[in-house]
Amino acid sequence: MVKKPIVEQAMQEKKKDLKVITPSEKASIYKTENLNLWYGDKHALKDIQLDIKQNEVTAIIGPSGCGKSTYLKTLNRMVELVPSVRTTGEIHYRDRNILDKSYQVEELRTKVGMVFQKPNPFPKSIYDNIAYGPRIHGIKNRKILDEIVERSLRGAAIWDEVKDRLHENAYGLSGGQQQRICIARCLAIEPDVILMDEPTSALDPISTLKVEELVQELKKDYSIIIVTHNMQQAARISDKTAFFLNGEVIEYDETDKIFSNPADQRTEDYVSGRFG
Amino acid sequence: MNYIHHDTVVKRMSKRLLKNKIYKMLFLSATLLALLVLAVLGYRMIIQGTGYLNWDFFNNFSSRFPQNAGIKAALVGSIWLLAIVAPVSLILGVGAAVYLEEYAKKNRITTFIQMNISNLAGVPSIVFGLLGLTIFVRMLGMGKSVLAAGLTMSLLILPVIIVAAQEAIRAVPNELREASYGIGATKWQTILKVVLPSAIPGILTGGILALSRAIGETAPLVVIGIPVIIHFLPESIFSEFTALPMQIFDWAKRPQEEFQYVAAAGILVLMAVLVFMNSIAVIIRNKFSKRY
Amino acid sequence: MNVQSMIEQHKNKGMKKFVEKLMPKLLFITALVSVLATIGIVFTLIFETFEFFRRVPFFDYILGTEWLPFSGTSPSYGVLPLIIGTLKVTGIAIVVAVPLGLAAAIYLSEYASDNVRRVVKPILEVLAGVPTIVYGFFALTFVTPLLQEVIPGLKIFNAISPGIVVGIMILPTIASLSEDAMSSVPRSMREGALALGSTKLEVALKVVLPAALSGILASVVLGISRAIGETMIVSLAGGSTPKFDGEITDSIQTMTAYIVQVSTGDAGYGTTIYYSIYAVGFTLFIFTLLMNLLAGYISKKFREEY
Repeated sequence: MVKKPIVEQAMQEKKKDLKVITPSEKASIYKTENLNLWYGDKHALKDIQLDIKQNEVTAIIGPSGCGKSTYLKTLNRMVELVPSVRTTGEIHYRDRNILDKSYQVEELRTKVGMVFQKPNPFPKSIYDNIAYGPRIHGIKNRKILDEIVERSLRGAAIWDEVKDRLHENAYGLSGGQQQRICIARCLAIEPDVILMDEPTSALDPISTLKVEELVQELKKDYSIIIVTHNMQQAARISDKTAFFLNGEVIEYDETDKIFSNPADQRTEDYVSGRFG
Repeated sequence: MNYIHHDTVVKRMSKRLLKNKIYKMLFLSATLLALLVLAVLGYRMIIQGTGYLNWDFFNNFSSRFPQNAGIKAALVGSIWLLAIVAPVSLILGVGAAVYLEEYAKKNRITTFIQMNISNLAGVPSIVFGLLGLTIFVRMLGMGKSVLAAGLTMSLLILPVIIVAAQEAIRAVPNELREASYGIGATKWQTILKVVLPSAIPGILTGGILALSRAIGETAPLVVIGIPVIIHFLPESIFSEFTALPMQIFDWAKRPQEEFQYVAAAGILVLMAVLVFMNSIAVIIRNKFSKRY
Repeated sequence: MNVQSMIEQHKNKGMKKFVEKLMPKLLFITALVSVLATIGIVFTLIFETFEFFRRVPFFDYILGTEWLPFSGTSPSYGVLPLIIGTLKVTGIAIVVAVPLGLAAAIYLSEYASDNVRRVVKPILEVLAGVPTIVYGFFALTFVTPLLQEVIPGLKIFNAISPGIVVGIMILPTIASLSEDAMSSVPRSMREGALALGSTKLEVALKVVLPAALSGILASVVLGISRAIGETMIVSLAGGSTPKFDGEITDSIQTMTAYIVQVSTGDAGYGTTIYYSIYAVGFTLFIFTLLMNLLAGYISKKFREEY
């Protein structure tokens, strides 16, 4: 038998080690190390350490201005749209540092979908909204597109509501429906991770409930990271919760633990509604 | 001690209110006067011109005799002119607007380009004629062709189109761009597939208004030396041609009184073309307003 | 079916990268066209004007009071009569357009209901969209005969008729820009004055007008600039007799009308007359440029008032 190169051997050793340390844990999808971020002079994220797991729903909570949305937008480098942004540290997505300039943002965002605070469908037909992603990534075949559109809309639990009006403008839908269209648009390219930035903050309670149910459903196939200002929502739908305050991670643990028995006083103050 | 005496205030109040009323009427009549002028102008043209609006008028070339004079060459020439101006000015104008709104960094070059555009918008149209005469007609040897006149007119309306397109692009909500980037689209894909389609109604509305200005503009054509008596239709963009306002100018200058009516008829045709173009702009604006 | 693997298959990284790099450059070039147009204008004017000044002494041009280019024996190129002609028309236009334009602006911004504004503003825009050749024809065939009834001794070609019509032409510019300036005066300022018992007129004249003054001034300066550069109205109704005097009932000639006169005549390429239109065009360009810069300066300088 040919002897394996030393490096590869070492890597296998390391993997074994990891498995030994965390045998019951799911694999990491995002590993953030020493992340700092500035908007101009403003230090918005301070020394973030976070290890987000695959096929879980991770909620990020905290008062407004605490950096939770900024952190989420760093995970698909959307934060770079602000011209004065500067970052240090590393975020490993499946073992590659996405903050490295050689990492193509388009490639990253193809793997990491995003759902925004306000429903933002394109002023196009429902069909064209969903087919937008596959199309820009080169899929032109009408039959395949039809199939993707149907599957994505079913995945976002809105197929039955819109199947007869696929070629009508998405702006004719209600806010809640629009948000599920946006989720379907995101599902159409079958991402690995879905980032959700307060996806229900602009919705009525019934639409919110539908989106929450949807998140539970999607968890089976996707890793979901959701920023929310609504603590009940975090408690209802997430597996893990991270509490952000003033650009720092105060506490990150099982959701049950955060809401029933937090380790940090500030976390307790926040989840019990004493501030924020 | 009382500084303000209630009685005096009341007494003066009725005076002040009366003054307010009188001035209101004055302001209103000034506004109405402007509208009145428009009405008189339209009425005059219709009274003077309709007599000459018949099939022959559309089917004849211009003539020394008013009863034989027609507008065929000018109408067709204006359409040829539009065929150059529309694509050239829209491509250049929208391209520049996309660059300034989506790509340009905030630096001195951008500020300079922006300032240059607003100053170019204030240059009198006749000066553009001088530019066209020197550069297009003589230096580039295009002669008094559709092409030379079209390029001159394109430059004339370019600043208007750029500014209109910039406004339309700026009105596209950022959330749409973010949504596109979020799916992994590149910047150009986002511009081409999301920003421009959303901005198109605004661009078209502003564009059509600018084009109608090019159709009604006379001075640059005069300076370029566009002929007025032409008895053939243009065959290519290199042909000589004449245009509606040019033809009207020629008729209006003629000493015979009959030609006044011919000119008025020509004006009616020109105004009909402009009303047609403006209605398209209004329809587009109404159809697509309140989108986001 | 796996979408991600399909995406992987269709990935054409090189092409995408190339387009992403190329497009901003192409678009930058289109943005440069406007700069090129300005350079072209300035280059054309300077170049041809330079040729003109090789034939006509500079001071004879800018200080001369006789403009007789077509005189066979002793042509004279003193530009002042043309400038005077332009100023006569511009002055009359301003006298017509400023009071009417401001009155309309005050009415629309302070008195008119939303419905009235919605109807009147587009009509004013139509007035701005009427081609100048139409206005010229209107001045010559309607306004001049009408004025002749009122003013005895008014010639067919004169400064008053085109002046009034140019005023009507720039009225929408002044009304619309002034109305914008007045509308952007904060409500709270009006409410403050109204709460003290002011009438609407007092609010308009003592609060809104002063607050919006820079915008109003800028609109007037822009109107002046447009009046100076206006061509077809003065060509048709103003005449072609450049004179260095203060008479407004007689035929005049403006800078623009002179350029038109030469262009429609048959002055050959390369003659002094040919080059003279560039010198006059250059003079005109400088006048309007100064006005535009002044308008920009006024509205920038006094912008942050509230």
